[in-house]
Formats: sequence, C-alpha cells, structure tokens
Amino acid sequence: MGAYGAYVWSCFVLTAIVFLICEWRARLRQRQVYRDIEVRVKVLGGRQ
Amino acid sequence: MSAAEQHIPGVFTGMMAVARRDLLLAWKRPGDVLNPLFFFAMVATLFPLSVGPSIEQLELSGPGVLWVAALLAMLLSLNSLFLTDHEDGSLEQMLVSPLPLSALALGKTIAHWLTSGLPLVLVSPLLAMTFRMPVAVTGVLMLTLLLGTVSLSLLGSIGAALTVGLQRSTALLSLLILPLAMPVLIFGARTVSLAAAGEGVAGGLYFLAAYAVLTLSLAPFAAAAALRISNE
Amino acid sequence: MWNLLHRLASPPHFYRLAAGMIPWFAVSGLLAVAYGAYAGLFIAPPDYQQGDAFRIIYVHVPSAYLSMMAYVIMATGAGIGLIWRMKLAHAVAAAAAPLGAWFTFLALVTGSIWGRPMWGTWWEWGDPRLTSELVMLFLYFGYIALRGAIDDTAKADRASAVLALVGAVNVPIIHFSVEWWSSLHQGPTLIRKGGPAIDSAMLYPLLAMILGFTLLFGALLLRRVRTEVLYRERRTKWVREMILSTPGNNL
Repeated sequence: MGAYGAYVWSCFVLTAIVFLICEWRARLRQRQVYRDIEVRVKVLGGRQ
Repeated sequence: MSAAEQHIPGVFTGMMAVARRDLLLAWKRPGDVLNPLFFFAMVATLFPLSVGPSIEQLELSGPGVLWVAALLAMLLSLNSLFLTDHEDGSLEQMLVSPLPLSALALGKTIAHWLTSGLPLVLVSPLLAMTFRMPVAVTGVLMLTLLLGTVSLSLLGSIGAALTVGLQRSTALLSLLILPLAMPVLIFGARTVSLAAAGEGVAGGLYFLAAYAVLTLSLAPFAAAAALRISNE
Repeated sequence: MWNLLHRLASPPHFYRLAAGMIPWFAVSGLLAVAYGAYAGLFIAPPDYQQGDAFRIIYVHVPSAYLSMMAYVIMATGAGIGLIWRMKLAHAVAAAAAPLGAWFTFLALVTGSIWGRPMWGTWWEWGDPRLTSELVMLFLYFGYIALRGAIDDTAKADRASAVLALVGAVNVPIIHFSVEWWSSLHQGPTLIRKGGPAIDSAMLYPLLAMILGFTLLFGALLLRRVRTEVLYRERRTKWVREMILSTPGNNL
C-alpha cells in the first residue's frame, strides 16, 4: 500500500465504525421502544 | 345566501389588506425595521475590524462580507414574521378565512420584504462605499440584493411558518434556512465579485431572477401548508 | 394492485415482513462488501496517477451515493406521507434522516482523507463535491433538529415533510450553484475520481461495494422503520397482543 496505507486503512476502518454505530444505535432505540411498550402493557396494563 | 351576508373580498384585495396591516404595524414600531439595519451595518463593520484595514483585502472581501451581513440581517427579522400574529390570535383568523392561506402568507411576506429586504438594498451603497466599491459595482450589488432578498424573504416565510409556536425557535430557524439560502448567497456575492473584476454579470443576475420567480411561485404554498401544520 | 399495496403498507404486516427481510439484506450486503473490500484493497491494480490512494473511493463513492439516496428516500417518504397521509411513509422518512446524516458525514471525512495526499490539504474549498456534501449535512441537521423540536409525532412528521420537500427542490439548485461557484475558482487542478475509462479490475469491486452498501443500508433502514412503526402504533391492539403473546419477559 506504500505511503498511502495509513490514509486508505483509516478510511476503511472509519467506514466499519460508522456502520457499527448505525447498527448499534438502531438496535438500542428498538430495544428502548420495545421495553417501554412492554412495561406499559405487561405491568401497568396488568393492574387494571 | 346573498352577497351581503357572504361578502368575500378578492384574493388580491385580501393579500394587500394583510400586507398593508403589517406595514402599518411596522410604521408604528420603527424599531423592528431599524434594528436589522443597524445589525447589517454592525456586522459589516466587524469584518474590517477583524481582518485589518488593508485596502486590497477590503476590496476583495467587500461583496462577500456585505452579502453575509445582509443574509444575517434578513434572518434576524424573520423570527417575528408570524410570531406576533400567532400570539394575538390573528393567525387563527387567517387560517379560517375563506381566502386562500397562501395568498395571505404571501401578503405578509411582501410586507416583510418591504420592511426588511428593501431597506437593506437602500442602505447597502453606504456600506459599499466604506469597502471602496466603485459606483458601477455598487449598482450590481444593489441589483443582486434586490433580487436575492426577495428569495430570502420567501424562503424565510417557509421556515418561519414551520417554527412558529415552537420554543427557542431562533436557532432552529437559522439552521433550517441557511442551507436553503446558500444558492442565493453564492450567486449574489460571486456576481458582485465578478463585477468588481470587470467580468460579465448577466448569468448571475439571471439566476437570481429565476430563483426569485421559483420561490415566488412555490414558497407561498409551502408556507401555507406549514402554517396549517404548525397550528393544528 | 392498490389493495396489495395497502396490505403491504399496513403496519402489522410491514412489521412482520421487515423482520424476515433484515437478515437477508444484512447477509447479502456483508458478502458483497467483503468481496468488494478484499478485491478493492488487494486485487485491483494501483491507479497510475493516484497510486494506492485511489482505493479510498471504494468507501467514499458508495457513502456519497448513499447520502444522496437517503435524501431521495426521505423526500419521497415525506411526499407520500403528506399527500396520502400514509403513516408508514412518514416512518420511512424519519428513519432515513439519521442514516443519511451518518453517510454524509462518512463521505465528507473519507473525501477529506483522500484529499490530504492528493491536494496536500484536508479541505479544498475548490472541490464542488465536498462542498455540496457539507451543505447536504446541514440540510440533514436542519431536518433532524426540526423533528426533535416538535413533541407530537404526527405534527413532527408533517412539518418535517414540508421541509424535506422544500429541501428536495433545493438540492439540485445547491449542487448547480456550488459547481458554478467553484468553476470560477482558479485553484489546483483536480484529478477526477474514477473517470470513464476505468479498468474492470477496478470497477467490479466498486460496483460490489455500492451494491453491498445499499443492501446494508436497507437492513439498517428496515430496522429503524420497524422501530418507528412500533413507536407510532404503541397504543394499538396489535402491538399489545404481539407483546403479550411474546414469551420470555423478565419484568
């Protein structure tokens, strides 16, 4: 890769990181929303 | 249903009535018109003070500085476009009016341009002089500002309509409008620079005129849609 | 036809369908990216002008393409949602915006890293594409900020849809004006990325990367849209029944 190796590799690694962040944030939000509804339906809904 | 019961003014009459009312309000409170003008002058003063009094630099940066200052001054006055009407309830009257809301929004935007865009155009030669701008170039500057502020008022009316009634909307409004205003800024400032370099300015002026026509034909409808959404 | 479309767009149906689609998108996307990255990094010959630095285009071009693609999806969703009042379309628009912003950011940073050895500077104002991407990022920020400022989801959907459509009209104009602006600039002569006469050993990895990025983007988008649908439908019967019928609760 010669003199440009650092530039090329940092781009590829950064891309992987961005994909991972996107996936992580999507999963995190999904879990949050799901659990919020779960609490409402199963706990609060159960008492009524 | 007789005409006397259901007297609806024409679209144009309604639009002009709204514009006249806003102009009258501006006349009663001249601060609203003058403050953005002072702001324009002050921002234009900040640049020479920060980059130094070198004549060559001032001549080079003049068009850009004056355009950025004008853009910021327009932004400053946009916040209040629909705000007072929203607060005193007259906006809701416009929403239920039988006249098309887009025409009323356009009426308000015309008044906004007359009280904020046009004064900037008229004051700009004074500031251009401090940047050593030749008379011919100053003419081009006024022309670009004349065409550009029309687009800025119209684009701004969409942003003001979207953010009316929101908390802390000033920063949000800038965030929405500035990227959309970039073509106006680019063509406005660069055309003046080209004029200063002694090159042709027709292309830039045509673009600004075309953009003004485009915003004039689309923005009132977008602003009306945004006003309905903001007030539902 | 309309019936089918309506059934597909019904939230419970979409919610189930998307769950089955996500793994397919993810796996095929990963395969395409794995091939593209390997071939791009190790098999494709170095460019005769740019040397190995051209390999950055294998991540730069797909992310720049996705940043535009996400805006198109967002504006289309916004338009459909505004005109036909379709909830799913609004959910798609809401889900596409943050992804679009991330890929715009990625395109900007990789473009800037590419520029460092090519132009000798991290940021070259003379390059219209980088400048356009920057304005694009601001457009995404505006959209996301407007959405965040409105509490009511239905209102946020409709208000941000108007902004997305106004932005969609403006994007080509912004690109055109930035092109015009930089054409006046007598800066360093820029080496065009790609170019028409590209060697096939260089081209195929690029196509694979674009395909792979699009598939992975699809997987990310579907997951986000599912979440948006779940949130918007949180008070409906089907969500309630689905949650109650799902075992394995630790509450």
